[in-house]
Amino acid sequence: MQVTRDFSHYVRAAGAGLQHIDLAVEGVHCAGCMAKIERGLSAIPDVTLARVNLTDRRVALEWKEGALDPISLIDRLEELGYKAYPYETESAEATEVAESRFLLRCLGVAAFATMNVMMLSIPVWSGNVSDMLPEQRDFFHWLSALIALPAAAYAGQPFFRSAWRALSNKTTNMDVPISIGVCLALGMSVVETIHHAEHAYFDAAIMLLTFLLVGRFLDQNMRRRTRAVAGNLAALKAETAAKFVGPDEISQVPVAAIHPGDIVLLRPGERCAVDGTVIEGRSDIDQSLITGETLYVTAEQGTPVYAGSMNISGTLRVRVSAASEATLLAEITRLLDNALQARSRYVRLADRASRLYAPVVHATALVTILGWVIAGATWHDAIVTGVAVLIITCPCALGLAIPTVQTVASGAMFKAGVLLNSGDAIERLAEADHVIFDKTGTLTLPDLDVTNAADIPANIFQLAGRLALSSHHPVAAAVAQAADARSPIVGAVEEAGQGVCAVVDGVEFRLGRPSFCGAEALIGSVTLDPDASIVAFSKGSEKFILSVRQGLRPDAQAVIAALKDRHIGIEILSGDREPAVIAAAHALGIAEWRAGVTPADKIARIEELKRRGTKVLMVGDGMNDAPSLAAAHVSMSPISAAHLSQATADLVFLGRPLAPVVTAIDSARKALHLMRQNVWLAIGYNVLAVPVAISGVVTPLIAAAAMSGSSILVMLNSLRARGASREIA
Amino acid sequence: MEILVILVPLALMLGLAGLAAFLWSLRSGQYDDLDGAAWRAIADDDPPPREAPAKR
Repeated sequence: MQVTRDFSHYVRAAGAGLQHIDLAVEGVHCAGCMAKIERGLSAIPDVTLARVNLTDRRVALEWKEGALDPISLIDRLEELGYKAYPYETESAEATEVAESRFLLRCLGVAAFATMNVMMLSIPVWSGNVSDMLPEQRDFFHWLSALIALPAAAYAGQPFFRSAWRALSNKTTNMDVPISIGVCLALGMSVVETIHHAEHAYFDAAIMLLTFLLVGRFLDQNMRRRTRAVAGNLAALKAETAAKFVGPDEISQVPVAAIHPGDIVLLRPGERCAVDGTVIEGRSDIDQSLITGETLYVTAEQGTPVYAGSMNISGTLRVRVSAASEATLLAEITRLLDNALQARSRYVRLADRASRLYAPVVHATALVTILGWVIAGATWHDAIVTGVAVLIITCPCALGLAIPTVQTVASGAMFKAGVLLNSGDAIERLAEADHVIFDKTGTLTLPDLDVTNAADIPANIFQLAGRLALSSHHPVAAAVAQAADARSPIVGAVEEAGQGVCAVVDGVEFRLGRPSFCGAEALIGSVTLDPDASIVAFSKGSEKFILSVRQGLRPDAQAVIAALKDRHIGIEILSGDREPAVIAAAHALGIAEWRAGVTPADKIARIEELKRRGTKVLMVGDGMNDAPSLAAAHVSMSPISAAHLSQATADLVFLGRPLAPVVTAIDSARKALHLMRQNVWLAIGYNVLAVPVAISGVVTPLIAAAAMSGSSILVMLNSLRARGASREIA
Repeated sequence: MEILVILVPLALMLGLAGLAAFLWSLRSGQYDDLDGAAWRAIADDDPPPREAPAKR
């Protein structure tokens, strides 16, 4: 059978007879790599563009149509020492990039306007106390209006839109008082300018927008960066499937290019990348990523298989089905939809603050107007004073209080290997006081490990590892990896379903089923883990037993202890069998556990905890965890998780250790503390400024100083979120 | 003070020119790879040596 790789799905026409592909590249981190890749690829004839993006770790390539195959470019990168995978921009990432550019454009416009309006305002401020002619002042005010009005109309769009959305949903958010403040300040300034008045607030309004846009842009940019990394990781996973393009010909194509009805080949040791039904063949499959159950399931004609299942022994032909056809998936999807609807009801700290803030401020302004009228001022003067109250209390610092902390904290988490999927995850994570862990793939590592390696002589283990390299079986792959074997034994032969054997210097080595190695007698003599897969190894007449299973994450115990230190409740909810769950719970010292739980049971347990007022952090990776990830107050997934779970989780952590769970909780708690502090700082500032505004002595100079002073104070305070979090003892 | 009639529009024109330059640089993708741009500034300017395909 012939196997070809086909990446034409990712190639797109770039016009003028050129073709374009974007590649995610592993291991690019310095200027040297950049130059090496660009030179190496430009040296290929017919390549017209090879440009590395060091921020996103990607390469953009263009070449003359028909002259080259993208495979040859990927191979060339491999020769240069970099692994590259075709990359397709997800719609989510494309939206973030567009949003980020739009905010930067708004920021540019607002910054330009602020600088120029300031240039006109400062002469007015100093002229008002010296000898400026009223005509000159009016001229400057009109010019300010000319700059500030169109600039605010453009740069204020993010706030106006969001405020309008909130109002049309009959709620309020922080953007409502911001929009009201800006519009009133500009409107009043225009009226005052028409009446040749002394004060106009164009500068304060446009400066407010600039400060807020800085906060918004930083926040957005951090999110964009996280998305780019997540996108790369998805590309590096290189989800491909062997699709039949002819009766006997298969082509390795990206999953995105596979459609329902296609037939794919699933070889032993491969992870299935599609949902479908087996039409031919018989094999054991490991569905632990889907159900959490670690026992293998037998798949034969008619058995449904899901993306994420690992094929263990035989070769299968699978007909791809649409995702919703499969019953398990349909059930999970239904639960997930319900849970997601419930989650969207969470109200962010910023919005809660604005719900209290806006009515108080607007009422104060109204009372000020009425108070001045009763005290005998004209309606005009009273309204001007009332609007001044609104301008000085316009929640500039309050608008920055949360996004700036969020940016700094998510940057710190990013460095610790935690990616944020949702904007308000930090707030919700900080409140978590109970952690529910899934077992398989979360507390344990997603891949297999040899648990009794210490009992076996090192040289024997090394030999077993080298022999294992000749087998496709996933258990053999685990042995090879555990032994860190590099060079396969020459002449090793694999007997399907039995094992591998080789003869070196007249001594026969065998690795495989105990019966294959004549080691059945040993099984009874050693006490072994009931859940482990048993592999035997024989060297001549010496025989050994290896026990292979999913090991606990290296620092799982330390993490559990650290969580207990922080008075966080811990429990295990697993879809796996009872003995396996008990073993893990004992090893980690977790008193509360439930085994054999269905996705619906998991949700029921979370709901029960919710009713008691507990804020649950769910950590899980399986597809069966996806609904409970959505139902929990906040959720985390390892990067090895099933697609659906990863997309549902609020945070995703990288790497083998479990430590990011604790690090993330610590950073989030610290961040929430700083957010609250910032909100109080902003409110405190306003409490000082409001009496000045009510008394009617506020000038535009005071308004501008108050606004920038409080904003800078809040930004500086936010930087404290960068500090290192406590190490796990 | 009549000089204001020239100076103020002049200042505004300069500001607008700055804004236009910023928008142009944004559109031409100069903010897409800030890490890379920092290194490119100090990299050698020599055009990449075109190896003959036969040499490889």
